[in-house]
Amino acid sequence: MQSSQQLPADLTAHFYDLHEHDHPEGGSTLLGFWIYLMSDCLIFAILFATYAVLGGNLAAGPGPQDLFDLPLVALNTAMLLFSSITYGFAMLAMARGEQRQTLLWLGVTGLFGLMFLGIELYEFHHLIHLGATPQRSAFLSAFFTLVGTHGLHVTFGIIWLVTLMVQIDRHGLKPANQRRLMCLSLFWHFLDVIWIGVFTLVYLMGMLR
Amino acid sequence: MRDYVIGFVLAAILTAVPFWLVMARPLPNDITAVLVMAFAVVQVVVHMIYFLHMNGKSEGGWTLTALVFTIIVVVIMLSGSLWVMHHLNTNMMPAIHDIR
Amino acid sequence: MSAAAPVAIHPVFGRLSLDALPLHEPIVVATFVAVVIGGLTTLALLTRYRLWGMLWNDWFTSVDHKKIGIMYMVLGLVMFLRGFADAIMMRLQQAMAFNGSEGYLNAHHYDQIFTAHGVIMIFFVAMPFVTGLMNYIVPLQIGARDVSFPFLNNFSFWMTTAGAVLVMASLFVGEFAQTGWLAYPPLSGIAYSPASGVDYYIWSLQIAGVGTTLSGINLIVTILKLRAPGMTLMKMPVFTWTSLCTNVLIVASFPVLTAVLTLLTLDRYVGTNFFTNDFGGSPMMYVNLIWIWGHPEVYILILPLFGVFSEVTSTFSGKRLFGYTSMVYATIVITILSYVVWLHHFFTMGSGASVNSFFGITTMVISIPTGAKLFNWLFTMYRGRIRFELPMMWTIAFMLTFVIGGMTGVLLAVPPADFVLHNSLFLIAHFHNVIIGGVLFGLFAAINFWWPKAFGFKLDVFWGKISFWCWVVGFWLAFMPLYILGLMGVTRRMRVFDDPSLQIWFVIAGIGAVVIAAGIGAMLVQFAVSIWRRDSLRDSSGDPWNGRTLEWATSSPPPDYNFAFTPVVHSLDAWHEMKQAGVKRPESGFRAIHMPRNTGTGVILSAICIVGGFAMIWYMWWLAALSLLAVIAVSIAHTFNYHRDFHIAADTVSETEAARTRQLAGAQAAGGA
Repeated sequence: MQSSQQLPADLTAHFYDLHEHDHPEGGSTLLGFWIYLMSDCLIFAILFATYAVLGGNLAAGPGPQDLFDLPLVALNTAMLLFSSITYGFAMLAMARGEQRQTLLWLGVTGLFGLMFLGIELYEFHHLIHLGATPQRSAFLSAFFTLVGTHGLHVTFGIIWLVTLMVQIDRHGLKPANQRRLMCLSLFWHFLDVIWIGVFTLVYLMGMLR
Repeated sequence: MRDYVIGFVLAAILTAVPFWLVMARPLPNDITAVLVMAFAVVQVVVHMIYFLHMNGKSEGGWTLTALVFTIIVVVIMLSGSLWVMHHLNTNMMPAIHDIR
Repeated sequence: MSAAAPVAIHPVFGRLSLDALPLHEPIVVATFVAVVIGGLTTLALLTRYRLWGMLWNDWFTSVDHKKIGIMYMVLGLVMFLRGFADAIMMRLQQAMAFNGSEGYLNAHHYDQIFTAHGVIMIFFVAMPFVTGLMNYIVPLQIGARDVSFPFLNNFSFWMTTAGAVLVMASLFVGEFAQTGWLAYPPLSGIAYSPASGVDYYIWSLQIAGVGTTLSGINLIVTILKLRAPGMTLMKMPVFTWTSLCTNVLIVASFPVLTAVLTLLTLDRYVGTNFFTNDFGGSPMMYVNLIWIWGHPEVYILILPLFGVFSEVTSTFSGKRLFGYTSMVYATIVITILSYVVWLHHFFTMGSGASVNSFFGITTMVISIPTGAKLFNWLFTMYRGRIRFELPMMWTIAFMLTFVIGGMTGVLLAVPPADFVLHNSLFLIAHFHNVIIGGVLFGLFAAINFWWPKAFGFKLDVFWGKISFWCWVVGFWLAFMPLYILGLMGVTRRMRVFDDPSLQIWFVIAGIGAVVIAAGIGAMLVQFAVSIWRRDSLRDSSGDPWNGRTLEWATSSPPPDYNFAFTPVVHSLDAWHEMKQAGVKRPESGFRAIHMPRNTGTGVILSAICIVGGFAMIWYMWWLAALSLLAVIAVSIAHTFNYHRDFHIAADTVSETEAARTRQLAGAQAAGGA
């Protein structure tokens, strides 16, 4: 009742947006991607929970102290950390509009990612060679699955990175590509955050057990 | 530029110290464990601020809201699973420690 | 390391062989023949009337949220018929298998039927119905032109369909799981279920789960980003609110299902020991984890329907919803509390008193906001001018039925009571009471309510009422006996019975199922009759119920772009306010409208996923690897397409809107005469 007294003369303009413009394309993408990352985070949460619950079940097999090589893990962590800052440099280059610099830093990031994967695969190979296979105990099942899932994410990140480099090379740093770079940036840094959980809860805490 | 470098330096320190704590063992195990966990939490926050550029304003605050909600759910899942499974293990699988 | 007896794995066909065809099951063979005849007839008719192009261009590749919503509903309806066929087969078996009779279903077949019934009804009936409803209504209610990610929407739908296709394939190639709908290990492990059944279960749910999660993300972002100007959070229609909370629950729980099923997959395929009996595995961990998903899932199903009941009650009482704010907060509280009740599904697994009492109390607490909602609906009706149209009838049936189901739920929340009733038919009666009385009745209310919006004509009332009464009476006949049997100690999933005194209750329940079947039949007749008589049921106003929210502000069916000019919202019940103020819709000055372009990528990806899933189920590793590569390749190729949108020309908009103006004038003239 009150509102009817305050209504302006031009009702149509009051109730319809007569001068609207197109929504900026991709305005929802970053939020959507962030929410996707949150859902991914929950997948990792379940893998962490599984490791936390089953990680002590060695089934008379080898345990963390018998298997983990901390200097190697430290090296691996360094690779991922380096790749994070180089990705940051790529983003800064993108913000300045320097396409070559962006591509360069993306390439460096990809190389660090590959080194990370290489070290991880070496570690897995080494463990399996020792007989510490994913089938050996619930602890090892949980370990391989958690660390392996992170590794799979890094793999997909690298595939995405290469795809994006091709697209930037072809189409330049146009808004769509900038948006994709920002999404991949979130993805890449997110994987680094997950890795903090991995090296702390799996490796460091494992050595303390 | 500055953000990334600060973040990188902090992250490097926050990684190096717990590794050193575990590898050199200057402290008793339980204190080391608490410190290692604390360093991890701080480092996650550092990454969130300096690399993921989290703040309360981007996307109308929805990214932060989503993050907080996710953290709540993750805490419920982790602590709940540990609590529930600890009870189940002690009540229903008393022999598990013998097997181990 | 639970190594199963190694089956011979053919390099090309994996473990698939002619033995996988269930030729020894006459019921399945007869079904297969019927399906083939029906399928061929459909294909022939589609070809005869040259509908393939229309189907592909206007529907399958469409990114229009309205069409995708309708396709979800069709998927849900088809799968509903399948799921109900399973139900009535179980009822018949249980009514027969007394006094030494084995009934007509062997154990192998019967166990598949109860598993398939549960899986299909939850994942491929309730979920598509709910998702379809949200897809259709939410963008209209918030005054948007589409969802945030239209292609993703199409892809999500096809992934859900791919899961459904795999479940249906299990009927004729191999078998379905015989484990119950949640596939608890160790029974679902490779040692005890070596055949293809559990693998069908895993891969159909994983593929459909991708679609569900993505559609959840899509709708959350749509609601957060694309609301009409002026529509603040507390001016959002209640259905949009409940949809938002539902999708938050989807995004924050389906990843859990994905992860748990992945671990089960690893146990079955790789030989890991997460949920095995040996090498440190813990089957109890599976139960714990899957219910962390499972309980939020319950609220994923019911919350949107709470929204529907709110819209319907307020519309047909001709009043604002009573206690809008409390309704919103109740929904949010339910969303969060639904994460701290999961253990009530396994009170009897052996947690201590402290754990059980904590989860018992949280379970009772969560019934409080639900109760608050019920009072809000009652107060909305109080002193309203209630019109007993079909949607309102379903709503009242819901209130009466759901309250009983809710109360038996609170009863089960008491751990000591649960120790008596766990896995009994009392539990079965309880959750059918809330799912049929809440979710299905809500869907029927929604279908009757929004059908005129989607198609431009109302549903036939006569057949609607027949369906209504058959459903309500059939429901009570079918499930009250199960409460009684459960209290007497009869457990679920039984195939034969020894005690002849129980038979009468199963016979009554069977009769109830037949009455429900009549209700379903009447509903199909209702649809057919309504389509047949669509001209006399036509609604040209776009607002047949005197609605209150924005979806009624546009034509029925809405144009592709929903709104030529986006409405500006000043209060809750925006359309009601516009009608009160006597706003005229703008009739000139139209602009070109920016819209997303159709694409076939979703269909292609989903088809590859069906092949890949099938390959994994049958151990055809080369085909599985090929499918994975194909999915990656097609996805990457899709990202190289930068031209995903187009503009609907201003002239086209003008023409469409002019037609609408003439239609409205005609409706007014007819109303005046």
